[in-house]
Amino acid sequence: MIEMINLNKSFGSNHVLRGVTLRVETGESMVVIGGSGSGKSVLLKHIIGILKPDEGKVLIDGTDISALNENELNELRKKFGMLFQMAALFDSMSVWENVGFALMRNKEIPKKDIKAVAVEKLKLVGLAGVEDLMPSELSGGMKKRVGLARAIAHEPEILLYDEPTTGLDPILADAINDLLVEMKQKLSITSVAITHDMNSAYKIADRIAMLYKGEIIGTGTPDEIRNTQNPVIRQFITGSSVGPIKIEGVHNERNINRT
Amino acid sequence: MLKIIELIGRTIIRFAEGIGQILTLLLQVLKQMLRPPFEIRNTFKQMLEIGVRSLPVVLITAIFTGMVFALQTYTGFKRFGAEAVVGTVVALSMTRELGPVLTGLIVAGRAGAAMAAELGTMRVTEQIDALETLATNPIKYLIVPRLIAGTLMLPALAIVADLIGIIGGYFITVGLFDTSSIVYWKRTWNYLETSDIYNGLIKAGFFGASISLISCYKGFYTRGGAEGVGKATTGAVVLSSMTILISDYFLSAWLFK
Repeated sequence: MIEMINLNKSFGSNHVLRGVTLRVETGESMVVIGGSGSGKSVLLKHIIGILKPDEGKVLIDGTDISALNENELNELRKKFGMLFQMAALFDSMSVWENVGFALMRNKEIPKKDIKAVAVEKLKLVGLAGVEDLMPSELSGGMKKRVGLARAIAHEPEILLYDEPTTGLDPILADAINDLLVEMKQKLSITSVAITHDMNSAYKIADRIAMLYKGEIIGTGTPDEIRNTQNPVIRQFITGSSVGPIKIEGVHNERNINRT
Repeated sequence: MLKIIELIGRTIIRFAEGIGQILTLLLQVLKQMLRPPFEIRNTFKQMLEIGVRSLPVVLITAIFTGMVFALQTYTGFKRFGAEAVVGTVVALSMTRELGPVLTGLIVAGRAGAAMAAELGTMRVTEQIDALETLATNPIKYLIVPRLIAGTLMLPALAIVADLIGIIGGYFITVGLFDTSSIVYWKRTWNYLETSDIYNGLIKAGFFGASISLISCYKGFYTRGGAEGVGKATTGAVVLSSMTILISDYFLSAWLFK
């Protein structure tokens, strides 16, 4: 179980998180939606302890992660897998070395078996015959899949997805969504995804939470979110430029013409 | 006037901040260095990159520096009949100054730039964050091997440069100006002390550590995409080179009393 309690984080004068409180149950798939620059990535990086909150805390199965020392934090991180927005594959290593990275570091499996495990994880995300390629030889969709294979290679209990479908065409995006749903069913893991792609959110979420101006302004099942009366959430999920959410730095002429 | 004072103040603060950040990073690197597991494979990889791959360009620089040094000293010293000491001058300059400093500047331009660009790209493409999520300390995994490799390989390159520079001087003095080979070597070895060599190598080790630390610092804290990587790379080369040239004076004043 992941609990975020009153998280506050500022970068200089920019107050990004303003008291985020959110709870993700074990086995649940939570999707956090929100506009660009709303602090979604910052929130995700707090869950795995890459960023530390100025105020508030993150509890993973009851353990406060900002109270851990480095070794304890690294132990805890073995429970996690994270898929990055642009996959963040290590470009100096081949595909299988990327997938087997955590296994090689943890030294729990003999070195000679790691490649076989990596190939097996690649199959799980629908890739075959790419293990000896370098990341630069892969397409965007394949990189995401390799990133996912790397995230699940050490069999984590919690998966974090940073905009899993961004930058992919709609068909590839849907294929990735299917893959995430499949992962959830096969591996029964807790997951937190952040996205602004509503198709993806509806498809993979058990619950959706909306982050707006550094706060969670509403949570609910996909159906509850679809039928919400909250004007901010409504505007976001319908993708309208007119409404309470103002686009920063853009002068909205349509509003002026109507008056 | 007030603006100028403000600007000076801000520059000093930024400079002090930079020094503080580099020293903080150094402390973290030293702490990680002493803690097992040791990154042996990675360190050898970096030694290959920084040391072995820099060898050709160091060799070319050293031989031509030795040659031009012999050429200039011979023709210059001939004016007052001191051309017999060319061997001594070349040997002392190469071991005490040119070997370590030129090797340092070459490695700063070659390996320092590569380190800053690689770590900078890893930062902006979130590969450094990815390392953390895979339970790997990025300072231990990325910076410790580079610092060790830089500190060990610079003296190794410098001693090769010393030797090749002296041989370059030999070619010119003996080959071009018909000085006796025995006189050249005698002049070289008679006045050269072991302290000239090892103090030069201590300087080289310091330069190697500085290049690695500065370049890794610049790369590790890169902000803002491709432009940021470019700035980090330029910054790494400029700051490493400046550090080599400035610290060279103070180290020489201290070591060669």
